[in-house]
Amino acid sequence: MEILFASAVGILTAAGIYLILRKRTFPVILGLSLLTYGVNLFLFATGRLMVNAPPVLNKYAEVAYTDPLPQALVLTAIVISFGMTAVVVMIALGAYLSAKDDKIDMIEDAERAGDDA
Amino acid sequence: MNHLLIAPVVLPAIVAPFTIMVLRHHLSLQRIFSLASTLALLAITLVLAAQAANGTVQVYELGNWPAPFGIVLVLDQLSAMMLLLTSVLALAVVLYAIGSGWDNRGRHFHALLQFQLMGILGAFLTGDAFNLFVFFEVLLIASYGLMIHGGGTKRLQAGVQYVVYNLLGSSLFLFALGTIYSVTGTLNMADLAVRVSELSPDDTALLRVGAIMLLLVFAIKAAVLPLHFWLPASYANAPLPVAALFAIMTKVGAYGILRMYTLVFGPEVAATAGLVGDWLLPAALLTLAIGAIGVLGAREIGRLVAFGAIASMGTLLVAIALFTPQATAAALYYTVHSTLAAGLLFLVADLVMERRGGDIIAQRPMAQTGLIASLFFVGAIAMAGMPPLSGFVGKLLVMDAARGHDLVWWIWAVILVGSLITIIGFARAGTEIFWKSHDASHIREPEPEVPVDDAQAQPEALAPSAPTLPFVACFGLLAGLVLLTVFAGPMMDYTNATAAQLFDPDIYIDAVLKRAEQ
Repeated sequence: MEILFASAVGILTAAGIYLILRKRTFPVILGLSLLTYGVNLFLFATGRLMVNAPPVLNKYAEVAYTDPLPQALVLTAIVISFGMTAVVVMIALGAYLSAKDDKIDMIEDAERAGDDA
Repeated sequence: MNHLLIAPVVLPAIVAPFTIMVLRHHLSLQRIFSLASTLALLAITLVLAAQAANGTVQVYELGNWPAPFGIVLVLDQLSAMMLLLTSVLALAVVLYAIGSGWDNRGRHFHALLQFQLMGILGAFLTGDAFNLFVFFEVLLIASYGLMIHGGGTKRLQAGVQYVVYNLLGSSLFLFALGTIYSVTGTLNMADLAVRVSELSPDDTALLRVGAIMLLLVFAIKAAVLPLHFWLPASYANAPLPVAALFAIMTKVGAYGILRMYTLVFGPEVAATAGLVGDWLLPAALLTLAIGAIGVLGAREIGRLVAFGAIASMGTLLVAIALFTPQATAAALYYTVHSTLAAGLLFLVADLVMERRGGDIIAQRPMAQTGLIASLFFVGAIAMAGMPPLSGFVGKLLVMDAARGHDLVWWIWAVILVGSLITIIGFARAGTEIFWKSHDASHIREPEPEVPVDDAQAQPEALAPSAPTLPFVACFGLLAGLVLLTVFAGPMMDYTNATAAQLFDPDIYIDAVLKRAEQ
C-alpha cells in the first residue's frame, strides 16, 4: 500500500509540474490541480497510513487509531485549493477574453506585432 | 486572556463582508467604513505595541484550547512591530486610494483591502504553522482581487502569472508543513521548537528537507533570487496604490524566515545548524545586486520602484541571514524603513503615472510637477540609502552588524556598489521624468498609439484640480521616514530588545506552553 500511495503522490506531482511548465494557461491550471491533489494525498499520509482504524481515541480499550489531525489539515487544504482554482480559472478566462490569447508569458507589444507579420 | 489580541483579525473580518453585503452600492459609505476600520486598527495596534514593549509575550488561546492542541495567537515584540507597521501603511494606502479615486475603478476595493489586512495581521499574530498557511492564503486570495482591480489586458495577464506562481508556493508550503509534521507530530511553533531540539541528530534528514522547503516558500514571498520573477511584472502592472500595500507582503516572507529560523530551527539547534544562513546570504546578496541593476535598466516607473523594492529586500535579507542579535536588530530597523520607503515611492509613481503615463522618457511638464518631483527625490534618497534619511541609518547598521562575518568584504562591496547603482538609476529616471520636461529640445511626444491604460481611459483623473488627499498620504509616509530617522535611537533600543527576545526562544515557548506554571 505504501508503494502504491507514494507512487501516486509522485506521479501526480510530476505530471502537475510538467503541465505547469507549459506555456498556455489551460494546461497550467490542470497542472496546478494535479499538484494540489498530490499535496493533499501527501498531507493525508503524514499521519502514517492505517487501514480500518477510526480517528478516535478509545479510553476503554487498547484499540488502534489513526491520527485525526492530517485529515483536518487535508480538509482545509482541499477547500483552499478548490477556491484558488476557481479564482485562477476566472482570472485566466478574463485575460484570455481580453487579450485574445492564452499564452501565459507576457509578450511585449512590439514582439507580438512581429509575430503576426 | 487579553481579547484585544484577536481584534486585528476580527475587525477587518467583520468590516469586509459587511462592506460587500450591505454597502456594495454606496461608495462613500464604503470609504467611511474602510477608513474607520483602518484607523481603529491603527489604534488597536498602537495599544498592542505599547503592551508588548515591556518584553512580555501574550498568548491568546482560540476557543480556550491549551497550546499544542488548539491554535494560539502570540503577541511578542516582533509581531507588535509588524502589526503597527502594517496598519500605518494601510492607512496611507486607504487615504491615497480614496483621494485618487482608484477605489472607484473596479468593484469591492475596500472589502478586498480589509480581507488583505486580515490576512497580513493574522499571519503576523499566529503561533501555529498551519494557521500561518491559512492566513497566507487569506492575504493571497485578497491580493489576487486587488492585483487585477481596475482590469485591463496587461494587468490580467500579469495577474495570471502572479496567481499561478503563488499557488505553486502554496503547494510547496503544504509539502513543507506535511514533511515537518510527519517528523515532529505537531504544528504549533513553540511545540515544534521543543520537539526539534529533542530530535536525535541521526534522524534529521526529513526535517532538514522540510526546513529547506519552508525556506523556499518564504523566499518566494520575500522575492529572493532566484525566486523573484513574479515581483516586477506583478507590482508594475498592479494598481500602484495596491503595490504600495504589497510592500508589506514581501515583509511577510521576511517575517516568516525570522520567526521560524530563530524559534524553531534556531542557530543553536543541531539538526539544522548552518543550513539556512549559508544558503540565504549569497541569495540575498544576488537579490540586492539584481535589484540594483534592475533599477538602472527600468524603462517604466512602476518597474523602477519594483526593482528598488527587490534591492531593499536584498539588504534586509543580508541582515537576517547573518542570524546574530545585532544583525537582526538592524534588519528590523531596515524593515520599517524599507516598507515606508517602498510604499511612498509606489504612491509617487502612481501620481506620475496618472498624469503622464509610466514611461521614463521626457514629456511635457505635468501638473504639480515640482511637488511630485520633490517627493520622488526624497523617496529615492530614502530607498537608495543616502543621508540624511533612515535608509542611510539602516544600511549603516546592517554593514556594522556584518563586521565580524567571514564574507564581510563581499557584503560591504555589494551593499555599497548596489546603493551607488540604485542612486544612478533613480537619478536617471528623475532626470528624464522631471527635469528634461522643462527643456523643449528633449521632449519626445508620446506615440499616438500608447497602449490604452486606465489612466488614459479616465480623463477626469487628469484634471488640473487634483485632490489633496493623495499628497496627505505621501507626506504621511514621508513623515514616518523622518520620524524613523530622528528617533533612530529609541527605535534601535526597541529593535535590540526585540532581537534579544527572538534569540531567547525560551521566553516565547514558556509563554505558549505555560511551562513556568507547571
